[in-house]
Amino acid sequence: MSAKPRTLYEKIWDAHVVERRDDGTCLIYIDRHLLHEVTSPQAFEALRIAGRKLRRPDLTLAVADHNLPTTPRVDASGKRLPITDPDSKIQLAELEKNVAEFGVPYIDAIAPEQGIVHVVGPEQGYSLPGATIVCGDSHTSAHGGMGALAFGIGTSEVEHVMATQTLQLTPSKTMEIRVDGKLGEGVTPKDVVLHIIGTIGAAGGTGYVIEYTGNVFREMSIEGRLTVSNMSIEGGARAGLIAPDEVTFAYLSDKPMAPKGEAWAKAIAWWKTLPTDPGAHYDKVVVIDAADIAPCLTWGTSPEDVVPIDGVVPDPMSFADPAKQIAAQKSLDYMGLTPGTRMEDIPVENIFIGSCTNSRIEDLRAAAVVVRGRKLAPNIRQALIVPGSGLVKRQAEAEGLDRVFLDAGFEWREPGCSMCLAMNPDKVPPGERCASTSNRNFVGRQGPRSRTHLVSPAMAAAAAVTGRLADVRKLERMA
Amino acid sequence: MKPINAVEGRAIPLGLKNCDTDVIIPAHFLKVITRDGLGKNAFEAIRAQPGNVFDDPEYAGANILIGGDNFGCGSSREHAAWALNDMGIDAVIAPSFSDIFSGNAFKNGILTVVLPQEAVDRLLEVAKTQPISVELEGQTVTTPFQDRFRFEIDPFRKYCLLNGLDEVGMTLARDSAIGAFEEKMAAERPWL
Repeated sequence: MSAKPRTLYEKIWDAHVVERRDDGTCLIYIDRHLLHEVTSPQAFEALRIAGRKLRRPDLTLAVADHNLPTTPRVDASGKRLPITDPDSKIQLAELEKNVAEFGVPYIDAIAPEQGIVHVVGPEQGYSLPGATIVCGDSHTSAHGGMGALAFGIGTSEVEHVMATQTLQLTPSKTMEIRVDGKLGEGVTPKDVVLHIIGTIGAAGGTGYVIEYTGNVFREMSIEGRLTVSNMSIEGGARAGLIAPDEVTFAYLSDKPMAPKGEAWAKAIAWWKTLPTDPGAHYDKVVVIDAADIAPCLTWGTSPEDVVPIDGVVPDPMSFADPAKQIAAQKSLDYMGLTPGTRMEDIPVENIFIGSCTNSRIEDLRAAAVVVRGRKLAPNIRQALIVPGSGLVKRQAEAEGLDRVFLDAGFEWREPGCSMCLAMNPDKVPPGERCASTSNRNFVGRQGPRSRTHLVSPAMAAAAAVTGRLADVRKLERMA
Repeated sequence: MKPINAVEGRAIPLGLKNCDTDVIIPAHFLKVITRDGLGKNAFEAIRAQPGNVFDDPEYAGANILIGGDNFGCGSSREHAAWALNDMGIDAVIAPSFSDIFSGNAFKNGILTVVLPQEAVDRLLEVAKTQPISVELEGQTVTTPFQDRFRFEIDPFRKYCLLNGLDEVGMTLARDSAIGAFEEKMAAERPWL
């Protein structure tokens, strides 16, 4: 044990160094590698050409999510229905071919456990505290909510991990984001992370790994922690971390792939040594008062474009940075908004509740509380509820949440990435607006010329029943 | 990977803060199982606008791209780097890059050059009429107007780019060290 106080990040890093070079670059061992259909085919192909194998298929887990349509996958007799999009069909077939050829554990499209990789990993107990977890997907940062060092990688790195179970990495700087105090009414984990990104900016965390500290995160459920850590990448940080604690252990205790018996006791003993030591140094510290966080949402095309729901569309000239003034004007042109418009006066036509950010059981419960006994507003053209996994879907159905949504006029779909990224049939039509619980409001993200407002599940539900961006606090009072 | 040192030619003056990878290559073009052919679909939303820099004949055949702050933010899709490769881009200059994008670019032999905003603004201006030179060995960007900007780069990345090294092959040579680490872990953290 080193005498110098260390952060959670430094402890996980040190525990995974295979070799350290003089220039500080380390060969880091990877404990968990999640694969999906979009970023893996070229990596498998490179292995095949070079005659290489997966070093540790047993540490790897594959599941399809991005491309899969969220409409029913089997017919009345239980027979699998074909994928109609020819390119999606090829990519999904390629994954099935590759996992069979290279011996990778695979959750297939009609398995009850299928879902979005970042929902499946934690709920299977595959994602564990203190582990290094990678996936060819930037929202791998989500698993940091379990106290794992988890980050997205490109396809060349996917190939590198497949062949060597390691990555060549240089240590990141560390940033502590501390949020203490009491969260206000209607403020959810999504609002907390949107507020953070609005504060530090979309590049504020570049070069850093963020550790979220303070009583707000200590008191948050694992679902909430996954939501917060998931969006670390939208603040530029490749990974986020929340120290494992009793909440984490309780969550994992009944998960199928979590350690059992003697291994469980040994694991917990090690996990308890991981939290940051008193006096450990962070390269940057950001302190936020929980009371300053309102239910909030985005107005532009960068996740840093955050305002409280009772705020207005900002004037581009109000930004100090000239580059931001230009970017903000372009965003407003794209979004079809004028400065000074009250956010609550903006009508929406589409509602999306889902994605690796907000598709877990708590998210569906939070939306159902708002929707119960109400109907979709007449101007809503499309309203999707897309559970993050088959297990989430079954749990929600056991609680009767599907009926709440169906009675209101929502569609109740099969698990997948869905309308978050327009790689499957779920899209926002050109020029239309969507209140979305996903993570990116980029130009064209939800479909060509789609206009995205990032919100929490409760606020998406409020928008669904009012037909406009709505303050969930006022809605609850109306009820 | 092909070795890279000097990149000289016309540069596309894009600018644009927070140019994300959905802008570089939208998700609906990611349903591919090879690395090829993505260039024609790159920057689709920008190219839909008349008078955009990508279709301006002035910059035809450009091999350098000049971006804004936080270039390549968002998704980890390496398709963004493949699309730039396919467009013939060998170097991207910007005030800052997202961590994942700069790694992906590096692994595809694309040089990412970080310069202060003022230097990038100057290059955006020069690029409208003149070629730009990037030299990796000496870590400099120069223009025909005698501008000379020095940039920093990770020494390991520089070495790999100059020599066109295959990182997977290099790490596979460390097989015994990885094996020893795995044995140690099987004893210390058997639950993994």
